[in-house]
Amino acid sequence: MLNLPFVIEILRMVHEWALAESIVRAVLDIMRERKLKTVLEVKIAIGQLQQIEIDIFRDALKEISEGTILKETKFSIEEEEAEFKCRNCGYTWKFSEIKESIKEDEAEAIHFIPELAHAIIRCPRCGSPDFIVVRGRGVRIVSLRGIT
Amino acid sequence: MMDPRISIIPERIKDVKRRIAIVSGKGGVGKTVLASLLALGLSSMGKIVGLLDLDFNGPSCHIVLGIPEDTSIKEEKGIIPPLFNGIRFMSLELFVKERALPLRGDDISNAIIELLAITRWGSLDYLIIDTPPGTSDELLDILRLIDGLETLIVTIPSKLALKTVSRLLNLLKMVNTNIIGIIENMSKGTDMVREFARREGIRYLGSIPYDEKLEEALGDVDALKRTSISESITTILHKIIGLKITR
Repeated sequence: MLNLPFVIEILRMVHEWALAESIVRAVLDIMRERKLKTVLEVKIAIGQLQQIEIDIFRDALKEISEGTILKETKFSIEEEEAEFKCRNCGYTWKFSEIKESIKEDEAEAIHFIPELAHAIIRCPRCGSPDFIVVRGRGVRIVSLRGIT
Repeated sequence: MMDPRISIIPERIKDVKRRIAIVSGKGGVGKTVLASLLALGLSSMGKIVGLLDLDFNGPSCHIVLGIPEDTSIKEEKGIIPPLFNGIRFMSLELFVKERALPLRGDDISNAIIELLAITRWGSLDYLIIDTPPGTSDELLDILRLIDGLETLIVTIPSKLALKTVSRLLNLLKMVNTNIIGIIENMSKGTDMVREFARREGIRYLGSIPYDEKLEEALGDVDALKRTSISESITTILHKIIGLKITR
C-alpha cells in the first residue's frame, strides 16, 4: 500500500486537483453568500467528456477540504454520461459510442479543456464538427444541503 | 446549479499585478504581433510576464514568438504555463495543434473559464492577453471574469478601423474598464489617430511604423528584438509601466 504523503504528492500533480479546489472554493463562497453555518452534503456531477479520474478527484476533495470548515461535509459524486447533438443533421450520439476512436493525446486535450472536443470529434452520421454537448461536459455542483 | 470554476479564477490570478487585454475594433491591425512584442519587451526589461492567447479562431502568438506546438504541458495542481524567452505562455494551440476549432458562444465561454480556472500563472508583473477583434465573446468574458482588467487598443490609421474602435470604446466605457490608451500601428505619419484619441478622451500612446523586416523576423525572438517595431514598443512600454493603475 502506498503511504499517504506519496499519494498526496501524486494528487497534487494532476489537473483534478485544480477542479476539486474550485469546488471547495465555490462551496465556501456559497456558504458566505447564503450565510450557512454548516454544509452537510454537496452533490457534484462529473461529465464523462472530461474523463476525470473520480477516485483522484474524490481524494483531492478530501485533502483540500480537510483544512476548512468543510472537513465533515459529504461530497457525493455522480458521473454524467456525455451526449452530443449535431447542429447540421440533428443526429444524437453518446460519448461511449465514439470513445474508442479517440487517440490518447486527443483524450488528454479534451481532459484539460472539454471544448477541444470540437477539434477532434465529428458527427458519426454526417461528419460535421458543428455539434452541441447536450450533457456531460465537465464538473458542476448539482445541489448543496446546509444549515443556516 | 452553479459553475464552481468561476470561484477559483480570482485565486489563480491573485499574484498578477497588471492584467492587460490587447483589443482592436477590427482584425488585421497587428494586434497579435503587438501583444507578443509587448510581452517580449516587458520580459527584456526584467519584468515577469505571462502571455495568454485568447484568439481561439486564429491563435498565432506562438508563431510570432517561435514557440513550438509540440510543447508538453506540465501539470501541478492544475497546469503550469510553459516558459519561453522569459514569457509564461498559454494558448489553446498547445492542445489543439493546428486542428480547426469551430467554437460557438457558450463553448468559447466554457473554454475560457476552464483555461482561467486551471492555469496557475503564479507571480507575474504583467499578464498580456491577446483577444479576437471587436466586441467578441472572448473579450466580453474576460471583462466579466478578470478583476481589474485594463485594455490597450491597437488600430491602424484608417477611417474604417477607427469607426470600429469607436464602437468598441462604447462598450469599454459602458463596463467601466480601465482603458490604458491607443497604439497606432502601421503608422503613415498622419495625425488621424492622435486626433481621434483626443476627441475620444483616451491616451495616445505612440505610433509604430510599418516594418518590412517583420515578416522574416516572425518566429525568431532575436530578430524580432532588432526590428524598428520593437524599438517603438519599448518607448510605448515606458509610458505604460509609468502609469498608475487604479482598481
